[in-house]
Amino acid sequence: MSTDVNVTLTVNGERVSRRVEARCHLIDFLRLDLGLMGSHTGCEHGICGACTVRVDGAIVRGCLVLAASLDGAQVETIEGVSDSGEIRDLQDAFIARNACQCGYCTPGMLLTAADLLKSNPRPTREQIREHLAGNYCRCTGYHAIVDAVETVAVRRNGKAAP
Amino acid sequence: MNEIIDPRSVDRPNSYIGKSVPRPNAKKLVEGRGQFVDDIALPRMTHVAFVRSPHAHARILGIEGAEALKVPGVLRVFTGADLSQHCDPWVAVLAHLKGMKSAPQRPLPLDRATWVGEAVVAVVAETRAIAEDAVGKVDVAYEPLPAIVDMETALAPSTAVIHSDLGDNLCFQRVNESGKVEDAFAVAHKVVEATFHTGRHTGATLEPRSVLADYNRASGKLTVYHSTQAPHMMQGVFAKHLRIPEGDVRVICTDVGGSYGIKVHVYPDEVAVAAIARIMARPVKFIADRLESFASDIHARDHRIKARMAVDAAGRITAIDVDDLTGIGPYSVYPRTSAVEGNQVVNLIGGPYDFPNYRAKTTVVLQNKTPTCQYRAVGHPIATAVTEGLVDLAAEAVDLDPVEFRRRNLMQDGTYPRTSPAGMKFEGLSHIASLDKLLGMIDYPGLRAEQDRLRARGIHRGIGFASFIELTNPSPFMYGIGGARISAQDGCTVRIDPDGSVLAATGVTEQGQGTEAIIRQIVAEAVGVPIDQVRVITGDTLTTPYGGGTWACRGAGIGGEAALQSGLAVKEAALKVAGAMLQAQPDTLDLVNGEIVEKRGGQSRMPLAELARIVYFRGDTLPPDLPRELMQTRHFITKEYPFAFTNGVQACSLEVDVDTGLVKLLKIWCVEDCGRIINPLLVDEQVRGGIVQGIGGALYEHCIYSPEGQLMIGSMADYLVPMAAEMPDIEVGHVETPTKESLLGAKGAGEAGTAGAPAAVMNAINDALKPFGAKVFAQPFTPERILAALGKVPVTWPGNAGTAASR
Repeated sequence: MSTDVNVTLTVNGERVSRRVEARCHLIDFLRLDLGLMGSHTGCEHGICGACTVRVDGAIVRGCLVLAASLDGAQVETIEGVSDSGEIRDLQDAFIARNACQCGYCTPGMLLTAADLLKSNPRPTREQIREHLAGNYCRCTGYHAIVDAVETVAVRRNGKAAP
Repeated sequence: MNEIIDPRSVDRPNSYIGKSVPRPNAKKLVEGRGQFVDDIALPRMTHVAFVRSPHAHARILGIEGAEALKVPGVLRVFTGADLSQHCDPWVAVLAHLKGMKSAPQRPLPLDRATWVGEAVVAVVAETRAIAEDAVGKVDVAYEPLPAIVDMETALAPSTAVIHSDLGDNLCFQRVNESGKVEDAFAVAHKVVEATFHTGRHTGATLEPRSVLADYNRASGKLTVYHSTQAPHMMQGVFAKHLRIPEGDVRVICTDVGGSYGIKVHVYPDEVAVAAIARIMARPVKFIADRLESFASDIHARDHRIKARMAVDAAGRITAIDVDDLTGIGPYSVYPRTSAVEGNQVVNLIGGPYDFPNYRAKTTVVLQNKTPTCQYRAVGHPIATAVTEGLVDLAAEAVDLDPVEFRRRNLMQDGTYPRTSPAGMKFEGLSHIASLDKLLGMIDYPGLRAEQDRLRARGIHRGIGFASFIELTNPSPFMYGIGGARISAQDGCTVRIDPDGSVLAATGVTEQGQGTEAIIRQIVAEAVGVPIDQVRVITGDTLTTPYGGGTWACRGAGIGGEAALQSGLAVKEAALKVAGAMLQAQPDTLDLVNGEIVEKRGGQSRMPLAELARIVYFRGDTLPPDLPRELMQTRHFITKEYPFAFTNGVQACSLEVDVDTGLVKLLKIWCVEDCGRIINPLLVDEQVRGGIVQGIGGALYEHCIYSPEGQLMIGSMADYLVPMAAEMPDIEVGHVETPTKESLLGAKGAGEAGTAGAPAAVMNAINDALKPFGAKVFAQPFTPERILAALGKVPVTWPGNAGTAASR
């Protein structure tokens, strides 16, 4: 049986302290302990990307990280980056381009897209597809998602241009 | 008052139909603020995990749950016998499918498990994790029985019978025949034939099947939060089988994380959840995990089809002859049944073509695998792969380019209405216009020239085509006449609220297609208000008109027309009130942009909000007998045609690595005709998403079984789905042939992509392999199968040989 562990971490800018089972995954911690329902459970094997969240600035699979390992960590979820406005342009582009249908993959897809644009502000369509290749979307066929990410990249570059 | 302006003819205020309007419910989804079933938590909520059968076929000798009950947090353990006292079994047959048979099925089986993954025991606990812990402590004693795995031998005399009461393993058989098939083949200039296989695959919705049921013992009401496409149907199912009055059951579907037909069926484990809620009078939640999804979501498309085509010397198709065999698991799935897919196959083969002689037999057999049932584009991808595969073989046999062969044989535009050799009635299709439009998009000569150029360098590209038809807007001829309580009609209620905003409640449902968006567009235009003044309610049996939900591409065509008619009726009612208030004839007034205006000249007379204020709060100032009905409901059902057929054509460009057998998709094009397009942005993405789902079945997805009936896929690492990196860009074009069955003129658009994609991919692969004389006909077209067809690896299964004959 599991051993409980005390953790204190920052989630979307707020400090939380909880006693968690050692076996508790981050995605279950976020959803069941904190009530943050924006990140979704899809495959529980680290393949589909629906549970993608950020830990200390890097995207991770919420189903492959143990909450007990996150003492002192900074965790950001779709709720946090929505409230901060950090990915507002990506979200608007997803809506305008109908790159979100059922919406189950979308939070993870958006965080992965934001991660790409941070490291590669001018990605090609192939690079966008490659970076999003770990996020399963059954609805769109991906074309609209690639379009939306490409549009945001172009717009951000336009603004950044001297 | 039934006027509606062609949305493309003028750009008047509130002309939203035909425009790319974003979805009103998308904002909450991109912020992670939707509400899926698993996001809902109720006080005293419990969780279920199921003990599932490790055997394909076994007698259940005994179930011991005492150790499980010792686990702290475990509340109850339920067996099939426990639940059978509270829940009546069902038999999934349809009366119009003559001779169809299936066995009674229960939430949990009484004495026999019949497929790997069948739920056998339910464990209820305070958390899902605890329930899962306890599942491992339930001791089920099984006696393994012979497993019927191979559908080819399911009817052999030496094969055991799964349900002895049925006499054999035959679920359904039908021959669809017209003309003189044998005569046509006897005198044919050329005959081509091949054996096709479509691999058993599944929907793999990203949100797994989800249900949360709550029973209130005092009120006697059952409330079920359900990730489903058909809430009213499920209301009836829960009521009937749990013996609760239908009016005491409420089914609510909030956001649904993908469905594609997977979530329109009655699943035994979900009925078990409702039965447990009834017994415990506590909320009970079940969210399938991915392994459970693979083993217990319906599978589909497990077909072997032997097919041949006769052509004359002029390159005209004279006959098609098909023998289809499909294995559907141990039970037909309730209430749509598992015979419909085979039935669709024999109705749809040859669908786009003009030819006189047709014979197609389907044989639907029982076996010990996960039950199969309707999945996106039911039967279409199979029928299209067979038809288009034969068409390419025939074109090759008579030495015609595949495009030219299609042009000669497709049903010509302007020859409708007509009936196909398979008996399908077509109101109006546009095969030739669609083909012409496609050829305008793809630069066919350029692709052929590039193909030749690259072949010389050892690079093997192929171009494949697939014409298709798609069945949409089904009438009661699909299910209702067979006795299933599945609604083909649908309704919409439109209400003007005191602030002048409009509420629309519709019986069709949203699973991401954009149902709420199109209902909003239609209602805004019909009433005459700005689109942001319209709110839409879907997915609640208590608050929406009775309807079928969203499946078989009926949301726009059926639900959309009901919305249009109810919106127009509300407008008429509002103008009647306005006429009384303004001392004017109602027909001299109009409702535009939320204002009552003079029809002639457009002068504003009064805001709609003012009219609504007076109706609701100062009704005393209106003439006493004046009707003030600012809420109207209309229902719609198709009348003339059993189905509204759509059509289209796809093309695929790809590259085959003949050393590794890997297929690289380069580009897909699709032209489809779904009648009136309500929202091009949504239609295009339905087509693209559908195509990629079709590609999944064609290239990657396969529910593989061992000879003993063990399911060999356990996670998404074993069951491959299309991901972004492997998918190509997809170009979509349209031809619009509106149906005259409705004012709106819309047909369905959600399944066209899936219907055509596997055939286009197959034909493109075979086109690429032409220099080698190799062909593949067994989906998924894996590297192994392509290399086997090329003679580079041994043929380990006959379907891999890819043999086609021509004489």
